[in-house]
Parts: sequence; C-alpha cells; structure tokens
Amino acid sequence: MALKKVKGTLERVLDKNLQDLVRGIRNHKENEGKYIAECIDEIKQELRQENQAVKANAVNKLIYLQMLGYDISWAAFHIIEVMSSTKYTIKRIGYIAASQSFHESTDVLMLTTNMIRKDLSSQNMYDAGIALSGLSCFVTPDLARDLANDIMTLMTSTRPYLRKKAVLIMYKVFLQFPEALRPAFPRLKEKLEDPDQGVQSAAVNVICELARKNPQNYLSLAPLFFKLMTSSTNNWVLIKIIKLFSALTPLEPRLGKKLIEPLTNLIHSTSAMSLLYECINTVIAVLISISSGIPNHTASIQLCVQKLRILIEDSDQNLKYLGLLAMSKILATHPKSVQSHKDLILQCLDDKDESIRLRALDLIYGMVSKKNLMEIVKKLMVHMDKAEGTHYRDELLAKIVEISSQSNYQYITNFEWYVSVLVELTRMEGTRHGRMIASQMLDVAIRVQAIRPFAVAQMALLLENSYILANNSQRNGICEVLYAAAWICGEFSQHLKNPREALEAMLKPKITTLPGHIQSVFVQNILKLFGSILKTLEENEDQENMKELCQLLTSKLPIFVQSADLEVQERACCMLQLVKYVQKLIEKGAKVGDEVGGLFAGDLNPVAPKAQRKVPVPEGLDLDKWINEPLSESSSDEEPTTSIFAINHEDSKSFYKEEKRNVPEPTEEELEKRREQRKIEQMHNPHYLRMDKKSKKASKVEETEESPVMQIDLSIPLHVPGLASSDKYLKLASQDREKSRKKTKHGKQKKKKKGQPEEESDEDVAAQHAVSTLVDMPEGANTSDKEDERNSSDPFKRLDMDLDQPLRDDEILPVRSHRIVVDSLEPGDEEVKPKKKHKKVKDKDKEEKKKHRKEGKEKKSKKKQKSDEASGSASNLLMTGESSPEHVPVANGLPQSAEQEKADQEKENDLDFWMNNNSTEPSKTTENEIKTPEVNVEYANVSSEEESQKEKKTKKKKEKKPKKEKKSKKDKKSLRADYEEAEGITTPSKEQVPPSQADTPAAVQLPSMSSYVTLGENDSIKMTYDIRTSHQRGDQIIVSVVFSNLTEHTIKDLEFNVMETMNLKLIRSMGSTHHDPIKVPFILLPNSQNEGQFAFTVHEIKVAQKLKGTLTYILKMNEGSTHEKVDFKLGFPCSFFLVATPCKGSGFTTLLESGDLTEKSSIQFTPQDSEFQIILAKVCFYHHFRVVEQVEKNASVYSKSIQGHPVCLLIKKINGDIKIDGKSTEGNLLSNVLQEIKTTLV
Amino acid sequence: MIKAILVFNNHGKPRLSKFYQYFPEDVQQQIVRETFHLVSKRDDNVCNFLEGGRLIGGSDYKIIYRHYATLFFVFCVDSSESELGILDLIQVFVETLDKCFENVCELDLIFHVDKVHNILSELVMGGMVLETNMSEILTRIEEQSKLEKSEAGITAAPARAVSAMKDMNLPQKIKDIKLPDLPNILKN
Repeated sequence: MALKKVKGTLERVLDKNLQDLVRGIRNHKENEGKYIAECIDEIKQELRQENQAVKANAVNKLIYLQMLGYDISWAAFHIIEVMSSTKYTIKRIGYIAASQSFHESTDVLMLTTNMIRKDLSSQNMYDAGIALSGLSCFVTPDLARDLANDIMTLMTSTRPYLRKKAVLIMYKVFLQFPEALRPAFPRLKEKLEDPDQGVQSAAVNVICELARKNPQNYLSLAPLFFKLMTSSTNNWVLIKIIKLFSALTPLEPRLGKKLIEPLTNLIHSTSAMSLLYECINTVIAVLISISSGIPNHTASIQLCVQKLRILIEDSDQNLKYLGLLAMSKILATHPKSVQSHKDLILQCLDDKDESIRLRALDLIYGMVSKKNLMEIVKKLMVHMDKAEGTHYRDELLAKIVEISSQSNYQYITNFEWYVSVLVELTRMEGTRHGRMIASQMLDVAIRVQAIRPFAVAQMALLLENSYILANNSQRNGICEVLYAAAWICGEFSQHLKNPREALEAMLKPKITTLPGHIQSVFVQNILKLFGSILKTLEENEDQENMKELCQLLTSKLPIFVQSADLEVQERACCMLQLVKYVQKLIEKGAKVGDEVGGLFAGDLNPVAPKAQRKVPVPEGLDLDKWINEPLSESSSDEEPTTSIFAINHEDSKSFYKEEKRNVPEPTEEELEKRREQRKIEQMHNPHYLRMDKKSKKASKVEETEESPVMQIDLSIPLHVPGLASSDKYLKLASQDREKSRKKTKHGKQKKKKKGQPEEESDEDVAAQHAVSTLVDMPEGANTSDKEDERNSSDPFKRLDMDLDQPLRDDEILPVRSHRIVVDSLEPGDEEVKPKKKHKKVKDKDKEEKKKHRKEGKEKKSKKKQKSDEASGSASNLLMTGESSPEHVPVANGLPQSAEQEKADQEKENDLDFWMNNNSTEPSKTTENEIKTPEVNVEYANVSSEEESQKEKKTKKKKEKKPKKEKKSKKDKKSLRADYEEAEGITTPSKEQVPPSQADTPAAVQLPSMSSYVTLGENDSIKMTYDIRTSHQRGDQIIVSVVFSNLTEHTIKDLEFNVMETMNLKLIRSMGSTHHDPIKVPFILLPNSQNEGQFAFTVHEIKVAQKLKGTLTYILKMNEGSTHEKVDFKLGFPCSFFLVATPCKGSGFTTLLESGDLTEKSSIQFTPQDSEFQIILAKVCFYHHFRVVEQVEKNASVYSKSIQGHPVCLLIKKINGDIKIDGKSTEGNLLSNVLQEIKTTLV
Repeated sequence: MIKAILVFNNHGKPRLSKFYQYFPEDVQQQIVRETFHLVSKRDDNVCNFLEGGRLIGGSDYKIIYRHYATLFFVFCVDSSESELGILDLIQVFVETLDKCFENVCELDLIFHVDKVHNILSELVMGGMVLETNMSEILTRIEEQSKLEKSEAGITAAPARAVSAMKDMNLPQKIKDIKLPDLPNILKN
C-alpha cells in the first residue's frame, strides 16, 4: 500500500504541470494544435486516475486551455470531482475551473447543490469563500432556489469576509430566483449599516444594481442612503450612492432639492476626480428632474458647467472624455449654458482621439446656428474623408443629417446646399446609412417645393451613375439612395430636363442587381416617366417617337419580369401589359397620354405611421358589436384592405369597385346559411379563437359598404400637412423659435399614389410626429407612442416588486427539506401580543447575538401566528410554549392587517416628512434621517421570519444524519421533549440549542416522523428516499436518495438506474440514452452516508406509480473489489405530488364556494392513533397538507398538486372514527390521496 | 456590473480571460480578438474609454482599459460602474499582482494563470466589485497561500524538486524513464 502511494507520488511529480504545459505550447509554436491535442489526451488519462492531486493538476491545465479557446465542457464531471476534494488547494482549482466553464445549461450543476451547501457551511472560511466566488459565476435558478437560505445564513456570519461575499452574491441569486428578493431584503438593508466597510460597500453595491433597474421600489431607502452619503468616507460607497440618487431623483423631485446642497459641498471639497464627476452627473440629473423651483438653480448649472470645462481642458484625455459626456446631458435641458463653451467643443472635434471626437459630435447638435451650420458640416465632411473605420464615418454621417434636419431644417438657409451635401454623402463607401440619406432626399424634395427642379436634376445624375452605387447591394447600404432618386425623378418628372435619358438610365440591366424593394420603385416610376414622356410627345404629335418609346419599354421591361422578387415581378408584369395595351392604342391613333398620366394624377399627404391606430372611435359606435354576423375570417382578410384603399384614393376607387362587381353577391339566404354553418364549425374547432377587433371591423367594412365605418375614415383628418417652401422656412426661422417649434406649418405637398411605400416617409413623419399628434389627433386619441419598452423576458422586470409591503406568510425562501407539518395546535393569543412587541425592542440586541439559536423559537411562534389567524379562537393548548422571551419578536412578525397598515403609513409619512422637512432647512437633514430608519417597524420582524426559514433548513440537515428517527421540525414546540435528543446533532453553525429554550414543556408529544422511506437495502448498502416538489416546476420532481454505507469498506462507482415509464422519466445528462445509468457523484466511505438527487419529469400525477430500478456499485475491500447491485422499487404515491400550500380561511371558503371543485370524495375509517392532533399532524406531514382552520376535533386542510390542482379536505373525528371529506378539481387524484391517508393512519 | 475582464499582450495573446456572463469558447475568443483590435490601434495618449464592441454588451457597455508595458488590462462594464472608479480598480489589480509576484511581468501571468485568477477573485466577484482596499486583499491572499502551503506539506517537496530540475532545462528524457513497478518487484 505504502509503496504504491510512493510510486504514485513519484509518477505524479513527473506529470506535466501547468508550467510545463505553457512551456510546451511556447516551444511548439509551429504545430501548436497538434501539441495541445496530445496534451488533452494526457489530461484525459490523468482525469481517469484516482489521485485527487493528479486530477486537480489536469483540471488546472484545462483552465489554461479554456482561455486559449478550447471547449472543456466535456470535463465538467471531473471538475465537480475536483471541487468536492477536502483539500482547499485542490478544491479551489475545481471552483475556478467551474466558474470559467460552467453556465446555466451545464447539466451536471444539478449534482453540485449539496456539495456547495457543505462548502458554504465549512469551518474553513476560505472554503466558503471560493464556493461563493464560484457560485457567483455559475448560479442557476435551481441553485439559487436551493441555496438562498444557506447564503442568507452567511450574511450574518461573524466573519466580514464571508458576509461581504454573501451579500454580493445575493444579487445573482435575485436575478435567478426573484422570489428570494422580498424575504431577503430586510437583511440586505440591515447590511447597509454593517460595521465592516467592505460589507457595507457590498450591500450598497447590490442595492444600487437592483435600484438601477427598478428605482421606484427603493425610494423609501432614500433617507438611509442620504445618511450614508453624508457620513461615509469611502469613495467607492459614495460613488455608488450618488449614482443611485441620480436614478431616484427623476421619481421624487423633493429628493433632488435635498441633494443639491450636500452634492454641491462635495463638488467643492472632494479631491477625487471620480467622485467629483459622479457628483456633477447627479446634480445634472437633479436639475433635469426639477426644471424650476430652486432659486439658485442657475448657479448650480453654472457650477457644473464650470467644473466640466475644467475637466475638458485637462490634459488627461479621460477627464476630457467624461467632461464632454456630462456636458451632453446638460445640453438636453440647458442648451444655453453649454453654447457659451462652443469654442472648446469645436476644438475637441479636432482631437486626435476618436472617442473624444465622437463625444464632441454629440454636443455639436446644440452648437449649430444658421450662421455656422455650413461651416460645421463642411468640417465634419472633411473629417469623414480622413476618417478610418466605418463606425466613426457612420457616426459623422448620421450627425450631419441630424444637425441639418433638426427642428424641421431650422438652420438650413439654402436647400440647394443641403441637397448637394446629401448627394456628396452618397460617395461615402460602406456606410450603413443609405436609407437615412434616401429618406432625407425624399423629405426635402417633397416638403420643399422650390428645391424640386434642382433636386430632380441631381437625382437624374445619380440615376445615370447608378452603376457605381449599385455595386454595393448590402442592406441599408448606399444603394438605398437610388430608391429616392428613382422616386423623385418619376414623381416630379415635369422638372426633368431630359426625361428620356432618365428613363433609359432606369432601364439599365445593372438595376436588376439592386435589392427588390428598390427595383419595385424603379418599375413603378418607369411607368410614371413613361406617362409623362408620352404626354409630351403626344402634344408634339410625334407618333414616331411614341412608338419607339413603347418599343423601348416592351423590350426592356422583361428583365424585371424575370426578377426573383415577387413584388418586382408582379409590378413589371402589370406594367408590361399596360404598355402593350397603350402601344396598340397608339397604333390605332388613339390619344392615350392623358389617360396614362391620369394613373398617377392627384396628390396624397403622408400619413403618420400610427395615425390609423390613434383615430378615436366615434361616439355611439361599438366596434365590438356585430353589425352583421361575421363571415369567415379567411375571406374577410383580403377584401377589406382593398376597400379601405378604395375609400382613400378616389382616383383608384372606381377601379376597385369595378373589380368588386365581378364577384357575385351572395344572396341573403346563402349568407344566413353560411353563418350557421360557420358557427357550428367554430363551436367544434378547438383552435378557434375569438376574433380580434381588427377582423371584426374588417368584416364589417366588407359586408356593409354603406355603414358608418366608411364615414369615419372619411371624416377623420389623417392628413399631415407639410411645409410649403424653403421661403416659408426662412420666415419661420426669423420668428420666435419656440413658437415655430410648437406649431410648425406643413405645406400642401402631397405624395401621390396609394402604394407609396412607408419607409420613405418614415424620417419625414418622425420629425413632425409630435406636432401632428397635437394638431390632428381628435380628443381622446391616445397620444402616447410609448409601447412597453421592456420585454417580458427581461430578468429585471421580474425583480420589480414592492419591497415596503410586509411579507406575506407564504413568502418564504424555499427550503429543500422534509415536508413541514403545519402546527395546527397553536393558540391564538391576541392579548399577549402587545406585550411581546414591547419585549421585542428590549431583546433586540440579544437577538442579534443569538440569532442562530433563536431561529427555532421564532419559527415556532411564526407558525403560531399563522394558525392564529386561521383558527382564531381555537383552544389554547400550548400556551406554555410561548413563555420564553426569544420568540417574542416574531409575534408581530406576521402581518396583522391593521397594525401593518399603520406601520406602512407611518413609514410613508416618515419619508414625506424627511423630504419636506429638509428642503427648507438643510442643516437639520442629518438628524432627521438618522431617526427615520429606526421607525421602520416591520424590519426586524420580517428578518426574524427569514431566520425561521433558515432554521427550517438547519433542521433538514439534521435529518440527513443517519438516525432514522427524525423529528418533525414542524411541531417544534410540541416537540420540546425531543429536543434533547436533537441536541447531540450539531447544526452547521456548530451552535447548540441553548437549554433554556430546549426544555420548554410540550403539551402533546407527537410521534417521530420521517418522510424518508426505505428504498432498498442489502448487507452493504441501504437507501432511503424522499421526494421533493415545488410549484416552480410543474413537470419535475426531485427524488432525494440517502445512500448509507453499512460496511467497513469504501463503496464507489455507484450507478443509479430505473426503468422509465411513459409517465415518469429520469432526467439524465445530455447525450445519454434512457438505458444509461446515472453516476452518483460521490464515493461512500466506511459507515458514512450521503445524499444524491435525481430529477424526474412527470406528466400524469393522478395515480400512484412505481418504478423498478437498480443500483450497482463496487465494494472495495482489502482483498479486492466486488461488483454488487441492489434492486429496488421507487414508489410515487399521489401525495408526493402535493405541495403543502398555505391558504387563509377566507381564501379557502371562496375556493369552496366557487364551484370549481367539482370532484368530491369521502372516506371513513378507524385510525390507529386516538389523539386527533397526531392524526392531523400525520396527514400534514406525510401527505403534504396545511391546516387552514381547526375547531376542536374538526379541521380543514389544504394542499395543491405540482400541477396546480387544489385539494381541500375536511377531517372530522366522530366517536373514534375519522371521516374525511375531500373536494378537488381532479377526482382520481383526490380519491387516491384519501386512500393513501387511510393507509397511513390505519 | 463588470461583464468581462481580459488581459492580453501587445500581440493579442490572451493572458487572462474572465467572463461574468456566459459566452461559448469561440465567442470568447472572438471577443478577445475584437477587443484587442479596438484597443491595440489606439495611441497611449488617448483616453482609456471605448464604446463597447458589437459582440459584448451594446450601447450601455463601455470598454475601460489600461496599457502597462506589454499588457493590456481590459474591463468591460455597464453604466452602473464609475469609469474613473474602474480605472482605479485596474490600478489596484495591477499593483496587487505586482506585490504578489514581486515585480510582475508578462511571464508571471503566463506561467501562473491560476494564481492570477485567485487574486482576481479577491477583487471582483461575479461581476461586482468585491474589495478595493489593497491591504485587505493582500491579507486574504497571504492567508490563503499559507493554507495552501500547510496542505502541500511534505508531499510537495518532491514536486518542488522536480520543478526545480525542470527549470534547469534537463532533457525531456527524464520523463521517459520508467520506474519499475515497485510492488511487483517485492512480490517477486
């Protein structure tokens, strides 16, 4: 043995270590890949060895390879093995590897829960430390749920190092498991005032992160933070708090007023640039939130701008950058103050640093005026020529467009200049902003009448050179401008000098390489041009050229007909037929010019993108009411669209109407018949959903063309007026700017043609949108464009919860533990309460110290309270249990609604008081708010509740200990007598239950109960199991199996397998088939035991089920090892699918009265136990019920299945017999559960 | 929140990569490359902030970096972190490395990535700043290395000897010497 060990050691030292690996890689530069592949093979071999140190070394090398980009997820299991080592050095390697490579979908993480829990409670502080660090990187929702309590315990550790880490990791836990936030919040708040700076900083950090996403919930902490801000000297903490305030001020202007003074003081006094900068930022945020009302408001702005100027002038580029960044925030609200520093900002445009130039660009927006616009744009264009990298160039381009077009082109005096700028911009290669330039061109051409001849000439030039632009067919690329060019040339063809040339340019074969939507516009506008040329030629009576023109089109259009783009193809086909038709007419000598031109006659105004949606429903019209019974959906979808268009476009109306007439109108009877038929169909169609408004409305329009709906469309002014001309612009600009901004006049320029694609008007409408909503929207129209910005998958939305509300009694951190029996015996003693409360304050200090010990008591009293509420005047059997002072605080821990409201109110008043008070007398601030936090009554109570949860957890641990006799932790107070036994088992914190608490007398002694059931055993191993469920996963249950080694030898390579059924499936690691056993991730030392968890998916929960399974393992003895197995049957009674769920009396009654519980069942039998209390406790414990109400020998209990079926039972004791009446939504489940209860009790 | 911490040299070779948000390995490499590309072309006398690359973050994220001799220390952070604060943190990190390795140079980071990870985990945890006080950090690191030494004990002695030999650049052959199977010899 010893020699073997020596040999192992010697061999090990010759293994490659990390340094050797790195050296090797450096020496094999030419064939690195091959070398690393060899190393990975070696590592794989090392991982197979028994020796932990060898494995750790291998994993250490993997960490390095991971950094180089090699996937190491295959080693996940080995990493866990290394993590489970008892040696700190080795364990640490494992955790680092895990934090580098594990993530939410790493399936082996499921196996780590117990190991991490063990590490968290380790005696060695650094074991817990690395576990926390590691966990922070790979925490999953499951881990977060299961470990939340353990981390909560660490938050009160005596060692600041652990407290700090535990506090910090809570943020990650909240993100993964938002339900933990409310229960944990009071303790987190408590940590804000931790004596240790590091812990305090961590708590501030966590709350700031939380508040950043949902600031409104943290407003009540403002006084506390204010106090910290004025007292803390730690710049890190100060920065975080000040940042937090800038998120809070927009919600509460009074807060801003209070902040100004201390912040100003800080600005003057601090020497730390980082702090100074954050102060300025927050002052800016404050000033933005309170636009008026502060007398020295301008002074503050001036101070900020002055300080920022100093930053910008600093030689440190970092400060310059930040200065500009902050300046741009001021610009939004106080442009004047910034404008005075124009020189400085223009200077920054020439800075050698791109980041700084970009920031200066942001500010340029506010710097331009009519006088300097051309000059600034010129400068930017020069930059653009020089710029490397498309990002900066794109920014410049966007900025040029932005500053020129701002406030309806307010600063542009010469639009010819602007159009040529736009044309010049098209020469920029590789830009992403082609579409933006295009929409600017369209906008200007449409809205500035006077510029059209010039614009058309420029666009014709672009068209002629289209082959250059067409080379870039990238989406949103510069070729988008051709879209605008083609449209402008076609639409305003009367201004074209040489329409024929333009037409030919548009028919070039190169065009077919453009994106489809551009080609469509080309085809459409070819026809417009054709019409206008034809008209001119007709006026000149030039038959020859007319024919030739038709010839040209009929020969060239087929290239579009062959297009792969449907839209292009369709339009081209129509067009081709039209041209052929026209050609025929011309040959007959008919005059067609006017008719073709008529196709595009008339103007249209641009319509705001959301205008339709904002039209209010006229009075007396109920859109949800049927006018006629609906026709089938499918037929109603297409036609209404055409009819809507027909209404809007008078010129094309007749066209559509004609088409409609071709459709034979169904007779009234036919319609009636169809309706009937459809109704029946719908009734039998499970997929049929209620028609939405749109389709209802649509079908109405279709059926009743003369109905009021049509009138609505006609009567509502959807037209957004446009600007008349550049002259008007000039005039307007000379007027008061404010005024012009508010009511910009829009000219009468209109777009033609119904099919005008929307994109081109986007920019245009966006600029005017605010204006048009004011002017055009009828009263009552929804003017808000805001749509829900956060999508529902945003993890932070889930953290949006009211933290000031006291905890509800069902809001507890989940405890992965044995089922908890509700203590139905608790006396409802209302008189004692006030006294308790009083004591609580006194005991507070003591409480702090003894937290761990007390938990048990607290929990008890919490339970008591719960049943208090439920049972009201139930007989007070256990009065004595309450006498010990420790559980006093909890007495008011539970929401007593009146009391609670009062506390709430008080709190709110405090905040109000604090806010108001200080705005007048800032000097008093500190005093006031120091008091505030203490008034917070619920705070201590709530935290005590958490402790009780912690306690539960602790209990659970105890139960894992070998003794089969486990006490129900539930009925703690009644279990007093059992406490003594329990004392020998140490809690994770190694603290003993103090005798003073332990020997409180109990009134009824409940028998010991354990939910662990024997699964299988032989001479060497014994398995017991319990099932854990939760509402979080309706389809999953966790089977927790305790493996006990009964031998003096080591048992290893345990493999667990079951024969799956359709209904219950074992969740195995990725890639394994349903025959592969699951490896149990630990070995069993002699006479030890460990717990493994296996997750199953479950579909059907109404009947009890059994799975056959096998456990194989290797028993390692001195003489050699033997391979053995145990067969077992894993039973899943129905009760295992129930989750004890609290339910209040009123809720219970409502549920029973609601009539939802259609299934009934009852059972009567003679139980083994005579004591009703014990019977009730057993039902609760083994079958996962919770007592709702108990009156003497009657009790109602409640539970809910993992799939959400409620189960209500009424248990009565009648002359030694027990009668149980049950109600549920699921009959099978109910009767099975009743049978199971009978089996337990008889 | 800090989203990622990267250390690479002037040629873009990664020396440390720590991502606080999951990315697959190939994406991580891409991010390192992209960040290197962004950072390396900047002069030393320009500001240390960069708007985030496309791969990591988006508009809310910033790259904050410092360049020391042959190494770039890059932090990718969101707007809840103070820019200047993070610059200080990088300084703290580098100074801590300097204390722990005694005049740290690139080679130290190359050969002791594991140690660098340990040191970093005392500064930043799960993307949040854990500790900024250098003496506190150093105390923790020292305590842990003591623990490490006590665990290593005697068994580490041969390992140290061998690594000393390796450092002397003894021919690789020493690896090929097969030790006799001692237990078998005894049995025979």
